[in-house]
Amino acid sequence: MINYIIKRLLALIPILIGVAVIVFLIVHLIPGDPAQTMLGERATDEALQRLREQMGLNDPLPVQFWRYVKDLLRGDLGRSIMSNNPVSAELSQRFPATLELSFFAMVFAVVVGIPAGIFASVNQNSWFDNLSMLVALIGVSMPIFWLGLMFIWLFAVELGWFPPSSRIGVGLDFTPITNLYVIDSIIQLNFSALKDILHHLVLPAVALGTIPMAIIARMTRSSMLEVLRKDFIRTAYAKGLKRKIVIFKHALKNAMVPIITVVGLQFGVLLGGAVMTETIFSWPGLGKYLVDAIYARDFPIVQGGILFFAGVFVIVNLIVDLSYALVDPRIQYE
Amino acid sequence: MRKITLTTLIILVVMSVFVTGVMAQEQGGTLVFGRGGDTVGLDPIQVTDGESFKVTQQIYDTLVDYTPGTTEVEPALATDWEVSEDGLTWTFNLREGVEFHDGNPFNAEAVKWNFDRWRLEDHPYHIGGEFTYYGYMFQGFPGIIQEVNVVDDLTVEFVLSEKQAPFLNNLAMVPFGIASPEAVKEHGEDYFKNPVGTGAYTLEEWRQGDRVILKANENYWRERAYLDEIVFRSIPDNSARFMELQSGTIDMMDGVSPEDVEAVESADELKLSLRPSMNVGYFAMNFNFEPFDDVRVRRAFNHAIDKQAIIDAFYAGLAEPAKNPMPPSIWGYNDDIEPYEYNPEKAKELLAEAGYEDGFEFDLWYLPVPRPYIPQGKFIGQAIQSYLSEIGVTANLVTYDWSTYLDKTEHQEAPTYMLGWTGDNGDPDNFLYVLLDKTNSNNAYESEELHEVLVEAQKTMDQETRVELYMEAQEIIHKDAPWVPLVHSTPPIALKSNVENYVPNPTGTEKLHRVWLAE
Repeated sequence: MINYIIKRLLALIPILIGVAVIVFLIVHLIPGDPAQTMLGERATDEALQRLREQMGLNDPLPVQFWRYVKDLLRGDLGRSIMSNNPVSAELSQRFPATLELSFFAMVFAVVVGIPAGIFASVNQNSWFDNLSMLVALIGVSMPIFWLGLMFIWLFAVELGWFPPSSRIGVGLDFTPITNLYVIDSIIQLNFSALKDILHHLVLPAVALGTIPMAIIARMTRSSMLEVLRKDFIRTAYAKGLKRKIVIFKHALKNAMVPIITVVGLQFGVLLGGAVMTETIFSWPGLGKYLVDAIYARDFPIVQGGILFFAGVFVIVNLIVDLSYALVDPRIQYE
Repeated sequence: MRKITLTTLIILVVMSVFVTGVMAQEQGGTLVFGRGGDTVGLDPIQVTDGESFKVTQQIYDTLVDYTPGTTEVEPALATDWEVSEDGLTWTFNLREGVEFHDGNPFNAEAVKWNFDRWRLEDHPYHIGGEFTYYGYMFQGFPGIIQEVNVVDDLTVEFVLSEKQAPFLNNLAMVPFGIASPEAVKEHGEDYFKNPVGTGAYTLEEWRQGDRVILKANENYWRERAYLDEIVFRSIPDNSARFMELQSGTIDMMDGVSPEDVEAVESADELKLSLRPSMNVGYFAMNFNFEPFDDVRVRRAFNHAIDKQAIIDAFYAGLAEPAKNPMPPSIWGYNDDIEPYEYNPEKAKELLAEAGYEDGFEFDLWYLPVPRPYIPQGKFIGQAIQSYLSEIGVTANLVTYDWSTYLDKTEHQEAPTYMLGWTGDNGDPDNFLYVLLDKTNSNNAYESEELHEVLVEAQKTMDQETRVELYMEAQEIIHKDAPWVPLVHSTPPIALKSNVENYVPNPTGTEKLHRVWLAE
């Protein structure tokens, strides 16, 4: 097991090198550059030349690449062109926000999606099955920016149940430490802040979790249906076992592998793809920030950010692979 | 008795109005300002974006400042100044007793240190960025500021290598806020997160990507700010930001979508404020592409587009049709110019005269991103396309992502394109020379006649002569019609009705120390 983990982590290195090279080439070969976006309408040739020179963009591409690789090997991702903030500082500032949101979205998706899928499968073709699969279908096809805006309009503006956006209200005494606000407020035993933070989390987490919830529900249902048709289920019933035990102990456990795969994949997608939700809910996460950086041609941020996401993706996949062994003892890692 | 009661009543009413008026201006409260993006950095010389300037404007002061609501210059950290006869030496007397937020004194030494840091590339603290606006306004490094001399503790002298008529206007710009030299030395490359100026507010906390929190400076050299705290929150989505305002979690916002303007105007608890325009949105025709080298075609286009209809449809009426390349808020605006009126028949005649009665086909580049002067590039592009089809001309809509778009238009690759400009310093030179001089134009408009006038205006210190020259320049431009000037937009700002004394400045940002909250 340990050997397997080490092997997988070592395999990260060539993946990251490949990503680094590809990302570097892509960001440097597309037209437009940071000097251009920084100056905007003010981008006269003279001003551009001066700025490019200062930014080191006038050097030949191989020279820039060598500088990039050299810094990278020392663990230095560089500084943002726009803000001059170290890339690592920007990432560590924003990734926790994305992680927190994705985690709670996933909790919602799993807590609602899996039971709905199970219930639908054991009552196949019942009204609940049809209804929940219809809801799931709508959920999968829902444009998230629309859903988000509707949530804000209904629950914040009209009903006033939840705050419209952001991670925390104004005027609360709270100091971020890890930037995982839920954890920070618990560490500081600041329960009024915790309450406010959780209150702020509900709408974006549900909005972001809706699509994965629908996907998980559908996957759970189909995986369960397949297992429920197996001979050993019939045997279990024949043994006189209770329905509850058959479903949860025998069927669900066997149906779990594809569900875990989907949960893992969806979590990876959420971490990297919460751009829309972050925009609508003014969530200062990494997704929105990276998209802005691409528009601004902030090369170091784009390079560092994508590299980081590639690493996160690989690690999430590794965790998913390892968790198979938990539900299915036949799976072993050498 | 009755009379007395009435008089007493009137006196009471008047007094209560007076008293509440004074009472209401009490200090205190937190203002939450919702905006589209976060601040990039808080060292004003290193940033170029409005979201950063909005905040640095509160933390720093400049030597001279714009009178609220105008582009005229008034004293700030400098109390008065004089310029030598040759226009090359400027001497400023500085305000006494001003302190930076860190307690260090503001004096001539500090002014010199700031300018040296900006202009000298070998200065030990010429780090942390590109000093873009310095290079831009003062023509490189060290640029035209040859020397900065400390005459005495409160007198500083600038020696220029050439005359620069808009010098004072430039110094009033928010990038040239004076920073505490000690703080810059202490924080080096990270100074942009630890700003120290002399302004009405100090930085309390900056949660990047989310909010900037400012606290009132108790030792401000002007009157202390009314508000105790200002929170700038970044709320990227226009609709979400507006809903925040409606649900009361923010007090004011900019970037109001045109479709929300009516909702603001009809709500009791909200009000609208319009920023005086210092911009122009235009449609340019490139002289390198036939048939745009023919002035009759360009004038025909000018007659073909109904600007007012575009303003009503896409700006919620909050803009004025443009007839000149610069807005009326800038001195030297030539209001005698007779605009090319909307007249498709006349446009067709002009086209026929030029030999294009059967029309022609060309590419029309529309803006890929919302800009203050053209918020909805694609829709306005489509509107222009349909106006032109009415005079028999076929426009194919084309666009690129913003940075590519800028790059290609700069290199004159676009046959026709939409673009615009937001003024920097409130000087006509900043519009006319920057946009239309033969050395700068993006559409191969290379008028020698205009060049001579604009260059002369740059070297003239006499204000009246400059006004005359710019009047003349606008006539030349009108005659040559290199663009269809479209609009000067007046960006709307929505506020809760209890936000008092907010005066938007044409330059795009303003100090908020006189803003207070009623109730």
